[in-house]
Amino acid sequence: MRYMLIIHNDETHPLPGAPGWDELMADYAEFSKELASRGHPFTGDPLQGPDMATTVRVRGGETLTVDGPFAETKEWMSGYYLIECDDLDQALSAAAMVPSARFGSVEVRPIAEM
Amino acid sequence: MDETLASVYRADRGRVLARLIGVLRDFDLAEDAIQDAMVAAASTWPVRGVPENPAGWLVTTARRKAIDRLRSAAADERRHRRWGELSITWDTGDGSEPIVDDRLRLIFTCCHPALTLEAQVALTLRSLGGLSTEEVARAFLISETALAQRIVRAKRKIRQAGIAYRVPPPAELPDRLAAVLAVIYLIFNAGYLSASGPDLVNVDLCDEALRLVGVVVDLLPDEPEPMALAAMMHFQDSRREARVDGDGVPTTLEEQDRSRWDAAKVATGVMFLYRAQQTGRTGPYLLKASISAVHVGAPRSDLTDWASIVDLYDLLLHWEPTAVVRLNRAVAVVMADSPAAGLTLVDDPGLAEELAGYHLYQVTRADLLRRSGRLDEAAAAYRRARGQTNNAAEQRFIDRRLKALAAADHQIG
Repeated sequence: MRYMLIIHNDETHPLPGAPGWDELMADYAEFSKELASRGHPFTGDPLQGPDMATTVRVRGGETLTVDGPFAETKEWMSGYYLIECDDLDQALSAAAMVPSARFGSVEVRPIAEM
Repeated sequence: MDETLASVYRADRGRVLARLIGVLRDFDLAEDAIQDAMVAAASTWPVRGVPENPAGWLVTTARRKAIDRLRSAAADERRHRRWGELSITWDTGDGSEPIVDDRLRLIFTCCHPALTLEAQVALTLRSLGGLSTEEVARAFLISETALAQRIVRAKRKIRQAGIAYRVPPPAELPDRLAAVLAVIYLIFNAGYLSASGPDLVNVDLCDEALRLVGVVVDLLPDEPEPMALAAMMHFQDSRREARVDGDGVPTTLEEQDRSRWDAAKVATGVMFLYRAQQTGRTGPYLLKASISAVHVGAPRSDLTDWASIVDLYDLLLHWEPTAVVRLNRAVAVVMADSPAAGLTLVDDPGLAEELAGYHLYQVTRADLLRRSGRLDEAAAAYRRARGQTNNAAEQRFIDRRLKALAAADHQIG
């Protein structure tokens, strides 16, 4: 099965250049190696901050474009992994290894296969 | 004949259902198929006689019935494929099959941490205990509709989110087993507490929990913790009659009439505890059961070996460094040593803050103050505790203590 690991963070998460950032990046490199060694095919990327977001809606055939995310929240999606696992337990175990899980949270969602 | 069928159903339903879910990978289909197989049994057994292996016959027949159901609903291709897989693995034989015991896989699936605790409890009682949704709802004082919805959602999540039907590998076993045992103990306590209120519950949750832990003990005979939980529950259950007085007010361990403890249950508990100790491994339930055993071993409360209990709580703190364990340890120190020593531990600012809203914290403090002769402070603590509980029986217990304090105060004054 395929699962998406959706990483949510708040302002307690280290930023580039801040203390803790280099260690975190090293942990992410380690995490990728571990996923590969467990034989899970995966992809994943970090996202730029919600202040870089643009939101689009189409209403009555008209496209409305606004600056910013859909809603103001204390937590935002900061990255994702898409991984293949045998079952939920493997996905949960991978989620627990995501380095940012120490700061925010990781939501595990099965892909709705069409 | 109906009686034979009913007794087979009672004894083997859990095993038959667990096996079918293992084969069919679908809780609802398995439950429907068992119903179909029961109907078939009711009409064929009286004519052809009871099969040699009734449980195996039910599994085989239910599997056939499941295939019929899938076939008739095989409109979409996915179901068709599953139907094909089932036919291949289906061993006809003599109409029955040696039944693989899948109950352990079933209980680990029902108690998966990705499900809500409520759903874990309900699924466990329904699938392994054979209770109806209505019975579970009534036992836990929740609406049947709400519970049914939660069960539907939990079953869907097991299927769609890919919760595996398996016993966890050794690395995950300790945590997952702890979750299973927590569900069983929760069921036990729900039964234990509800029975002291107006007794409307016709399902004995304590007995259900004892049966469930027995299943886990049988299927994981090398694990100490299930046996230790079985011991602990038997010790607790032995006090069922003695835990309230004639007016239904809870009694403390100290006040209980020990002759009313059920000696047979104590003996069973001791047997389980001994077997758990034989594994040479320890864990939180083993330590808690050992603490219970010290109490049970004292013929009178003033003969309790409190020093051993303090030692056991010290060990338990390594596993569960919680405020409640620290509070209970403080009580043991009091009993082993002096109320003053215990009060210093209980009035620790960190503990006081963490347990601020917990009525038993104030009850414990009040008791220590009372034993130290600080009666006014004791009364104040009892009054705070009274405001923190909604349980009528506990309120009556506190009222009684307040009355006794007032009388004692009057005598001194």
